[in-house]
Amino acid sequence: MESEALAQLSNALVYSSMFVLALAMLAFAASFAGRRTKAPAEVEANVAQPVPATVGAAPESVQPETLPAEDPAGRRIGNIGMALSWLAWFLLLGGVIARGLWAERVPWGNMYEFSLTSALAVLGVFLGVSVWRDVRWLGVIIIPLVLLTLGLAVTVLYTEASQLVPALQSYWLIIHVSTAIVCGGAFTFAASVAGLYLIADGAGESGWRARWAQRLPAAQRLDRMAYRTIAFTFPLWTFAVVSGAIWAESAWGRYWGWDPKETWAFITWVAYAAYLHARSTAGWRGRRAAWLAIAGAGIFWFNYFGVNLLFSGLHSYSGV
Amino acid sequence: MATEPELMFSTHADPMDRQAAPPPGIGWRSWSRWLWSRLTSMRTALILLLLLGIAAIPGSLVPQRTSDPFAVNTLVQDNPTLAEWYERLGLFDVYGSIWFSAIYLLLFLSLLGCLIPRARQHFRMWRRSPGPPPANLDRLPNTAHLICDDPDGQLQHAEEVMRKQRWRVRTGDGWVAGEKGFWRENGNQIFHFSLLGVLAAVGIGALGGWQGNVVLVEERGFSNTITQYDTFTAGRFANTDDLPPFSIQLQDFEVDFERGQAQRGAPRDFRAQVAITPEPGQPSEQQVFGVNDPIVLDDAKVFLIGHGYAPQIIVRDTDGEVVFDDSVVFLPQDGNFTSVGVVKVPDNDPQLGFRGLFLPTAALDQEAGPISLFPAPDSPGLFMSAFTGDLGLDSGEPQNVYQLDDSDMEQIALRGLIPGDTWELPEGAGSVEFVGFNRWISVKVARDPGGVWALAFVGTAILGLSMSLFIRRRRVWVLRGAGDVTVGGVARGERTDLDDELDDIVAELDGQLAGEDPLPQEGVSR
Repeated sequence: MESEALAQLSNALVYSSMFVLALAMLAFAASFAGRRTKAPAEVEANVAQPVPATVGAAPESVQPETLPAEDPAGRRIGNIGMALSWLAWFLLLGGVIARGLWAERVPWGNMYEFSLTSALAVLGVFLGVSVWRDVRWLGVIIIPLVLLTLGLAVTVLYTEASQLVPALQSYWLIIHVSTAIVCGGAFTFAASVAGLYLIADGAGESGWRARWAQRLPAAQRLDRMAYRTIAFTFPLWTFAVVSGAIWAESAWGRYWGWDPKETWAFITWVAYAAYLHARSTAGWRGRRAAWLAIAGAGIFWFNYFGVNLLFSGLHSYSGV
Repeated sequence: MATEPELMFSTHADPMDRQAAPPPGIGWRSWSRWLWSRLTSMRTALILLLLLGIAAIPGSLVPQRTSDPFAVNTLVQDNPTLAEWYERLGLFDVYGSIWFSAIYLLLFLSLLGCLIPRARQHFRMWRRSPGPPPANLDRLPNTAHLICDDPDGQLQHAEEVMRKQRWRVRTGDGWVAGEKGFWRENGNQIFHFSLLGVLAAVGIGALGGWQGNVVLVEERGFSNTITQYDTFTAGRFANTDDLPPFSIQLQDFEVDFERGQAQRGAPRDFRAQVAITPEPGQPSEQQVFGVNDPIVLDDAKVFLIGHGYAPQIIVRDTDGEVVFDDSVVFLPQDGNFTSVGVVKVPDNDPQLGFRGLFLPTAALDQEAGPISLFPAPDSPGLFMSAFTGDLGLDSGEPQNVYQLDDSDMEQIALRGLIPGDTWELPEGAGSVEFVGFNRWISVKVARDPGGVWALAFVGTAILGLSMSLFIRRRRVWVLRGAGDVTVGGVARGERTDLDDELDDIVAELDGQLAGEDPLPQEGVSR
């Protein structure tokens, strides 16, 4: 295909995906806004969730896999949101692939492409988890984040496809950046769950938090889900940082030089290391750990947007 | 999670979790013991970890001497008061500052103080565990009763089954205990000790390594001795008297720049062709290297760091004698390689000095004056201003080769040249010929004896980390009763398939399950 045609195809697919995502966002918002009725027993089970006095697999069985007593209309509209999200993901996947074909390389050579692929990863983690678990409740926070990333990409960060500077011409681009993208997706997922945990934990009987909490899984389950995601991602992030160091050694002649990007990658690593330790430290588990999970993702994205656009360093490949 | 089943592991209580000692008595011994227990507590380690992250931030905000000395100098000139405070606080060298070092050294001390007792305890546990079953096996979340005629035989059979299923088995009077997932804690230890290894490797690199930067103009070379470097730094224990005796000559350097509209002018390819002579007297080898593709020698690596233009300039005196003939390294100032440099001609009477502006694709802008439109040499131009007088070279003070001290000089003329032009200077001061240009590259030659160790320890760290996060510890017991055996298990951590594993054991045993299958069959973390 002509590069001109590929360019138009890629952009058209990205914009279509954003349109579908906007619809999905409306669907998820509507599923949260709907009235719902709960059987008293279930309300009690959900609000005053007892800490299961067991370890291992047993607590899982306490939790029903689907949300309790959801109103059928909200449920249906949540399903519509999921279906739209899948459609948007495939459209975005097509857009990313077309972009890669257009540029004749991996589609993460500048900030626009990285944002596109990251949005694909965040959405992918969400949809991937949804195959195993009912995470429709998470759509209300994940979809706006994805849409925001894509919106920034097409407005502020957009750039025509072009070749790479010599420093980026390395097979490490494929390994290092793709790992970072997957980590970004998973960290964002975990931070979203942790944010909802902060809402659900101690939400009380009334007020907006209580209403949200009714639609969310039990706080403890949210906490555990955030933990598992981060525990899975942390070694991967370690590898992403290390592969960056190996690449830096061959490109710049040193494996670690406290370049702003490296510094903030280190701070991200420290934040998540702190999160993992906090979960087994008295006085830190629970809410404080959740804040650390959110801070970690915030630092990750600051390292991406803030460091690329505000700081000068060796990682200046924004293309903006 | 101090719930009942967790106590099964309590003999292996997490020393990092222990609370600080009770208020100490009088005397430095108890005080220091109290301080030590405070330092090695998990809470202190966590706070130090957070502090380390926060302390790293200023290094990305304030320019660092190690990575951007030019920006540091600019700041010192522009804002001396602020720079003085930055200097005092060590903000120009955050990662070598006392306070940053203090944080990570305390953190590693805390880590050591926590790890060593924990490793010792773990080793002891390794020999002892799994221990006897808890007093009331039925209170475990997962238990099953098997009614059978021969509990003793059943117990023996259970032991075989568990060994076959690769449990670490210990037996006692009337019980068999099995354990899996011991490598979780091993992985944890490997990870943390590997971090200490990484720190040591970085230290080895800093103390035993050296690195130098040198500029090579095409058709010229350098040999690896300290005096030939423009800058050279070495660690305290680096043997700099005995650098590997190679020499390198740059034969040709080519750059491609983006000519399309998107990212116009960005570099696309660097190719530096060099001849390397490993030792004096040996034949030289041709090699092409570039970014991401360093030259790897036995004891050092050669990296391509930068490049630029070196206009070739010939200066003749009034009699037409050549008093200067060289390719002068000009330093690029922007993405279009607007480059500045100076020429000093001390062997003329009076002495001559030039400030030059080399423009690879020269154009004259109405407002900005001469500018370069593109980094490739499509229409090179050289703008020079000539000075006569005293260059100040005789004072003996070292001078910057990229700067002209014109305090004792007078500007006599200004002119733009294209390759091949000859410029007759006024007042019979001589002539200047702009012959053409060469390219130069700046290379970094470095030896880092710690790098390979750092990589190895990082590898074991990731391996250990994965083990400590993904392996689950669980224990099972088979307890002999009067006419039955009880099978029970407990898992520590977030998620296990313990139910399935218990099923696997029960399935291999004979006898009839009592009651309605007490093992939960559904809703197990899927």
